[in-house]
Amino acid sequence: MANPLEAIGHAALAQLQSMGRMTVFLGSACFWAFLPPLKPRRIVRQIHFIGVKSVSVILLTALFTGMVLGLQGYYTLRKFGSEGLLGTAVALSLIRELGPVMAALMVTARAGSATAAEIGIMRITEQIDALRAMAVNPMKYLVVPRVIAGLVALPLLTAIFDVVGIYGGYLVGVKLLGLSSGIYFSEMRNAVEMADINGGFLKSLSFGVIVTWVCTYKGYYTGYGAEGVGKATTEAVVLSSVLVLVWDYFMTWFLF
Amino acid sequence: MIEIVNLHKSFGRQQVLRGVNLTIPHGQITAIIGRSGSGKSVLLKHLVALIRPDSGQVLVDGEELGRLRGKALDQVREKFGVLFQGGALFDSMTVFDNVAFPLREKTRLPEAEIAKRANQRLEAVGLADIGKKYPAEVSGGMKKRVALARALVQDPKIILFDEPTTGLDPILLNSIHRLIFDAHKSFGFTAVVISHEIPEIFDIAQTVAMLHEGVIVEHGSPELIMASANPVVRQFITGASDGPIHSK
Repeated sequence: MANPLEAIGHAALAQLQSMGRMTVFLGSACFWAFLPPLKPRRIVRQIHFIGVKSVSVILLTALFTGMVLGLQGYYTLRKFGSEGLLGTAVALSLIRELGPVMAALMVTARAGSATAAEIGIMRITEQIDALRAMAVNPMKYLVVPRVIAGLVALPLLTAIFDVVGIYGGYLVGVKLLGLSSGIYFSEMRNAVEMADINGGFLKSLSFGVIVTWVCTYKGYYTGYGAEGVGKATTEAVVLSSVLVLVWDYFMTWFLF
Repeated sequence: MIEIVNLHKSFGRQQVLRGVNLTIPHGQITAIIGRSGSGKSVLLKHLVALIRPDSGQVLVDGEELGRLRGKALDQVREKFGVLFQGGALFDSMTVFDNVAFPLREKTRLPEAEIAKRANQRLEAVGLADIGKKYPAEVSGGMKKRVALARALVQDPKIILFDEPTTGLDPILLNSIHRLIFDAHKSFGFTAVVISHEIPEIFDIAQTVAMLHEGVIVEHGSPELIMASANPVVRQFITGASDGPIHSK
């Protein structure tokens, strides 16, 4: 009986240790973010990688998410004779939930996985040791610019997602199913409040930190060899996606 | 001068260093020889505090690395150049950017001066024309030479070479040894070279130390090592399969 208990205790301790290390990692990134010199060019390069290069995938997924919402929303609302609320349903779903969450998941899949793999490869090929040997702080060089870039890029990508998603709903609801354009937008204008937009913005900010934090952490503490990097990349994507969804629940609970 | 005093290091249950004592004299090339897996790279990483010891001390010019943190440690690290086993070149940067990197990060030199120095070092290792290539586009031997150029670019007082010739053909091996020897003569740094290349390493090293089972078993001039009566050293330098060292 001692052995299974021991195993459970061991696993729990390992999990606790890992969580502690992740928290210290984030604390360290925050600490170094406020210490000069802050090299803006490095941050801009990461904003380009995380943000600009994700625009096409955001546009595509946002359009189809909005179109699906338009289609599903229209047929559901028609059952209650409330097709006129389609614009409101699409906009609120996107601004409060789907925009920030989907943008974060897309960034995790596209940029987060690449970040974990890149830093992981730097670890196993001694490039991180080389940075330290040159007295260059790897946290400041590798992690801080990515976390700041996530903070900047995610809200902007979310805004793009929201606008394009609303347009996707418009295409289906108005152009395909014949709802009045005036009703689609006027109902939306009446229902969407600044608090909804602020809530979505806060969510996207926190997701920006979660995605870059988890992905840089997993890469930084990768295992050995190609297998280790592969595992770290998978774990980065899975943990980042799960944390985004869990944190989204708590944010929704607090904000709305 | 670097002094290593009673250095111990274990990873889990595996004891890698079991009380290493070694003095690395200033301005000389010191070679550390020993079997694969004997802890040579671990020892080397202690010299620049990439690994912290379980016990014991590493003193660089009298400063104990174990006590240093933050800026004080950075100041000691700035005395070093390190050539890692695989080169550790930044694969997202061109060869030129790799060599210029330490100057861009650690100095406030204007870009023209940085370019001049980086090009000089690339020229010194015979690679003046590959600056625009990426590490993935050059051969293994070239990578080692680029890494040497990067290690030299800040004119460090001490350079650590972690198996600089592993995996190279005999001609490249000798050319890298020649480069280290010539660079040492020109720049006068203290060098620590980890190597398996027996007897070639004896041609460039002034001091040789052999690490075996976590301790230094012999230390002295190449002639002394060659004439050593220690059966472990004898077996290692002759490459005999019979003797006190067993294949793992």
